[in-house]
Amino acid sequence: MPRESDNVSVSIVVNGESTANQVEARTLLVHYLREVVGLTGTNIGCDTTSCGACTVLLDGESVKSCTVLAAQADGHAVTTIEGLADGDTFHPMQEAFREHHGLQCGYCTPGMVMAAVSLAQEGGKLTEEQVRIGLEGNLCRCTGYHNIVKAVIAGSEAMSGASK
Amino acid sequence: MIPAKFAYARAESVDDAVGLLAEHGDEAKLLAGGHSLLPLMKLRLATPAVLVDLGGLRDLSYVRDAGDHVAVGGLTRHHDLEHSDLLGEHVPLLREAAGHVGDPQVRHRGTIGGSLAHGDPASDLPAVVLALGGTLVARGPGGERTIAAADFFEGFLETALAPDEVLTEVRVRKTNGAGWAFEKFNRRAQDWAIVGVAAVTGDDPGVALVNMGSTPVRASAVEQRLAGGASATDAAQAADEGTDPPSDLNASPEFRRHLARVLTRRALERAGVQL
Repeated sequence: MPRESDNVSVSIVVNGESTANQVEARTLLVHYLREVVGLTGTNIGCDTTSCGACTVLLDGESVKSCTVLAAQADGHAVTTIEGLADGDTFHPMQEAFREHHGLQCGYCTPGMVMAAVSLAQEGGKLTEEQVRIGLEGNLCRCTGYHNIVKAVIAGSEAMSGASK
Repeated sequence: MIPAKFAYARAESVDDAVGLLAEHGDEAKLLAGGHSLLPLMKLRLATPAVLVDLGGLRDLSYVRDAGDHVAVGGLTRHHDLEHSDLLGEHVPLLREAAGHVGDPQVRHRGTIGGSLAHGDPASDLPAVVLALGGTLVARGPGGERTIAAADFFEGFLETALAPDEVLTEVRVRKTNGAGWAFEKFNRRAQDWAIVGVAAVTGDDPGVALVNMGSTPVRASAVEQRLAGGASATDAAQAADEGTDPPSDLNASPEFRRHLARVLTRRALERAGVQL
């Protein structure tokens, strides 16, 4: 039997729950999340690794899920925007976006929040410069970024205070 | 956008990957982090029939002190390079430049081996490894061989790697004590360089340019002037000598030549050469 195959079996832990499916090898992680698992919180924006709307955490680190094959995530853990809140309680970064009005149309927001969570986990309490450089991979066409930056600074502060 | 159909195989080892490549020849491509290849596949500019995924080969991810040089595993991610204390101590140019590749999400996936093997003249790390006079280690069916960075980049997206070879390691000299700088000009933070410059000064100067031709190019005329004791201003005047810069939406060849001279002067100044 040839080693290579058009279809692959993948087992991916998504937001703490095991998922296992047979998918086409060319299935992108973002399509796996949206269409196979049914979690549509992760948006597809540019589809060219530029805008960051599809950002999720792969083993805790931000990645653009339009540029990762589901097969590459096999055996790994993914966190999407749906996996951040604890029941009805927002994650500190989500709460900071709400508090500081870090969004307008909201399309970039799931990716923006996931990128911010990754950044805060790596950098602790963030400065404005760290946030502006650290979010270079996420585009927002509405806000002009000021409130997003405020939100991420506050969110990182809250995350540093809370247990991670 | 979805890539064209392909068959997928996960490599269990480097030799396993070499075997799969040998079996499928030109039809197969290696997948490392996928941040050069997958975008091309989504645009159907690349349509390999077989994709051999190296992602599970964690033993190819390392930064090691190897005496007179530092050895970097081919699957080491940009994120790991930009946070490497060992590189910070011995090869700070590579550490700094790795932090300029793409954006944090890209750096969480993209690898040094993937970036070099892709051979894009607009990428940052090929010019850095060229400026450092690096050596690349490739493994194929006949065993291992080393390739000088100066001989590695052969044309636009073309390298000296054979279709059945895997780039396993990148060796770069320690630059302890030498000046260094990486300069990159682009319109938006996450973009490729319109022009970039990697420079090491000191006794053995190395200067290489990003996006000034169909391959990353060494600015030999600048190096010669530096070796002759030229000032940063004088040496940088030769930065575009022998280059054939591309024309695109971002810049004309003339503008790129101008940028090369200005960025080289800035880089040399930052690297400690008198203006």
